[in-house]
Amino acid sequence: MNIHEYQGKDILREFGVSVPNGHVAYTVDEAVEAAEKLGSGVTVVKAQIHAGGRGKAGGVKIAKNADEVRTYADEILGKTLVTHQTGPEGKEVKRLLIEEGCDIKSEYYVGLVLDRATSRVTMMASEEGGTEIEEVAAATPEKIFKEVIDPVVGLTPFQARRLAFNINIPKEQISKAVKFMMGLYKVFVEKDCSIAEINPLVTTGDGDVMALDAKLNFDDNALYRQKDVQELRDLDEEDPKEVEASKYDLSYIALDGNIGCMVNGAGLAMATMDTIKHYGGDPANFLDVGGGATTEKVTEAFKIILSDEHVKGIFVNIFGGIMKCDVIAEGVVEATKQIGLTLPLVVRLEGTNVEQGKKILDESGLNITSADSMADGAQKIVELVK
Amino acid sequence: MSVYVNKDTKVIVQGITGSTALFHTKQMLDYGTKIVGGVTPGKGGTEVEGVPVFDTVSEAVEKTGANASVIYVPAPFAADAIMEATDAEMDLAICITEHIPVLDMVKVKRYMEGKKTRLVGPNCPGVITPEECKIGIMPGYIHKKGHVGVVSRSGTLTYEAVHQLSEAGIGQSTAVGIGGDPVNGTDFIDVLQAFNDDDDTEAVIMIGEIGGTAEEEAAEWVKKNMTKPVVGFIGGRTAPPGKRMGHAGAIISGGKGTADEKIRVMNECGIKVAETPSVMGETLIEVLSDNGLYDKCKTH
Repeated sequence: MNIHEYQGKDILREFGVSVPNGHVAYTVDEAVEAAEKLGSGVTVVKAQIHAGGRGKAGGVKIAKNADEVRTYADEILGKTLVTHQTGPEGKEVKRLLIEEGCDIKSEYYVGLVLDRATSRVTMMASEEGGTEIEEVAAATPEKIFKEVIDPVVGLTPFQARRLAFNINIPKEQISKAVKFMMGLYKVFVEKDCSIAEINPLVTTGDGDVMALDAKLNFDDNALYRQKDVQELRDLDEEDPKEVEASKYDLSYIALDGNIGCMVNGAGLAMATMDTIKHYGGDPANFLDVGGGATTEKVTEAFKIILSDEHVKGIFVNIFGGIMKCDVIAEGVVEATKQIGLTLPLVVRLEGTNVEQGKKILDESGLNITSADSMADGAQKIVELVK
Repeated sequence: MSVYVNKDTKVIVQGITGSTALFHTKQMLDYGTKIVGGVTPGKGGTEVEGVPVFDTVSEAVEKTGANASVIYVPAPFAADAIMEATDAEMDLAICITEHIPVLDMVKVKRYMEGKKTRLVGPNCPGVITPEECKIGIMPGYIHKKGHVGVVSRSGTLTYEAVHQLSEAGIGQSTAVGIGGDPVNGTDFIDVLQAFNDDDDTEAVIMIGEIGGTAEEEAAEWVKKNMTKPVVGFIGGRTAPPGKRMGHAGAIISGGKGTADEKIRVMNECGIKVAETPSVMGETLIEVLSDNGLYDKCKTH
C-alpha cells in the first residue's frame, strides 16, 4: 500500500525523524491558511499524488509570499499531472502539502528495502541525491553504499555511521545523520514498510539533516496489524476495480486489452495472460481468485471483470489444488445467471473435483464454451472476441 | 530415491483443525501419506480424521516420531508455527500459508540459521513424491511416478507442468513448490542441487516468474554444476512493471526482475525455455530425446 508524502512525513515526525514543518491542504484557502500558520519566508507548494516525478511535471512550486501560495495552489489543485510513473492518463491533484522552505546545502539519498538475495532489510545510501536510485545504480554503481541489517539487533550505529561517512556527509552533521537513519529503520520495522525512501535527504544551512521527500510503501500482508496505516489509504489514487476486488480478497490488476481473465493462482494467472497474448489476443486484466474462493467471491470477480467496458469475452482458467473446481463452477453459473451474461465465455477446468465442476457447467444449460487446455481455451477466446 | 519426502516420511499437520487443513489432511491420507498427528493449541487429546491432535509440536514429535510438518496455520501465527517446527528439530517444515508479513519471514530465516530444519515455502503448494508421499495442497491424481524433477515458484503452474508431463507418459521423481513470496526457505538452487544428487531424477523442469533474480542465480548455478538437463518456463512476460502480480514476490521494480531478462540468462546458461506454458511438457520431451533420456523417462 502507498501513502502520500505528507502522510509519510507525519509518520517520520512521530518517530523523531527530522522533516520540514508542513500541513496538508485540500483547498486554496486551506493552502493559504497553512502557509500563514507556518510563517516561513519561503513556502513550498507540493502536489500530493502517489507518483514520483512531480517536480518535472509542474507539481512543485516555491512561493515567496501568501499571494504566490494562492496562485500556485489554485494552479496545481485539480490539475492532472502526467509523470513517468502515472501513465499517459496522469493523475488529478486533490491534495497539497504546504511546507516551509529550507536552505539546502547538499542532497543525498537514503533508502530501506528488502534484499531478496539475503532475506534481510538493507539500507542504501548515496551522495547522488535527487536522482532516481535506479539511474545512479546504472550510471555510477560505485556511489551506492549498502548495509545489510541483522533483524536481531537492527541497524547498528556503526553501520549508520559508515554509511554517513561513505556518502560524505559533513563531519559536523554525522551524528544527526546517524540519528536520522536509526529513526528511519525504526519506522520501517515498526510500521511494516516494504520501501522507505528519502530522496533527497538534505543537509541545511543551519546544520540540520532532514527528509525533503518521503516515500513509504507498506507490506499489504501486514496491514492487519497496522490499523493506523490502513486509515491513510487514499482510494482516489487507486483503480476503482482494484479497490472493489480488494474488498473480496481478490487479486485484480487492470490491463488494456479486451479479454477478461479469471484464474486461480498468481503464476497461472500470469501464464494465462502470456498465452492469450501469444495467440494474438489482449488480456483485460490479471485476476487471481486465490485458494479460498467461495461462490460469492467468484460472483464478485465476474462482476468486476464485467465492469470494465472494454471486455468482449471472458476466459476462466482453473487448475484446482486448494481451490475446488465445483466451487468455481457454481460461482460461474451463479454469476452468469445473476448478471445475464451475453459475452462469450470459455471455461477450462482441471484439478480437484474437476468431474463435479464439469457436471455443474454441463447441467446449467448456459452457453459456455469448454476448453481442454490453457492453449485451447486461449485460442477459443481469442477467436470469439475477434 | 526421491527428493525431501518419500514413503517413510512421517508427517504432522500444524493447524489441523482449520477447515482447509482438514480437507487436505483427508486428501493426503487418501493419497497414502503417513499423517501421524496434528497440532492445534488447546485441542490436544482430541482426534480428527483418525489422527491424534496435540497442543504443541514438540509433544507431537515425541509421541509420534514425526520428521516433517506441514503448516496451514493462519498468516498472523504462521511465522511462530515455522519456528515451533524448527525448535522441534523437524527435518522438513512445509508452509502452505500465504500472506505472511515479510518482516516476520526475515526473522524466521534468521532464527533458522544453523538449525537442522529445511523450510519449504511459505505460500507454496508443498512437495510430492508420486505414489509415496504428498504433503500440501496439490491434486494428487495428476502425478505419475517417474524420473523428472519439478521445481516451481507457482502452485498452479506446477500442476500445469505435471499434468502435461503425466499426460505424455512422463512421470515425476518429486515436485517441489518453493512458493511465491520474496523471502522463502528452500530456493531454486537447493532443489536443483538435490535433483542433481538424486539417482532417480534424469532431468528437471524449473518454473519461475517475474520479480527478484532467483532464476538468474539458479541458471548460473546450473551452468556451473548441473549434470542433468534442465528446461524452464517464466510466467509474466506480459505483466506491467511496478504492479504486484498476486504473489508478493512477483513484481518488476526499477527495471529488475523482468521475464525477458530471466529467459535471456536461462538460455545463455543452457536451459531451454518453453515459449508458452502450454508447451512446458513438449519442451522437456524434446530435451529428453536430444539427451537420449526419453525411453528411460517414458513410464507407459
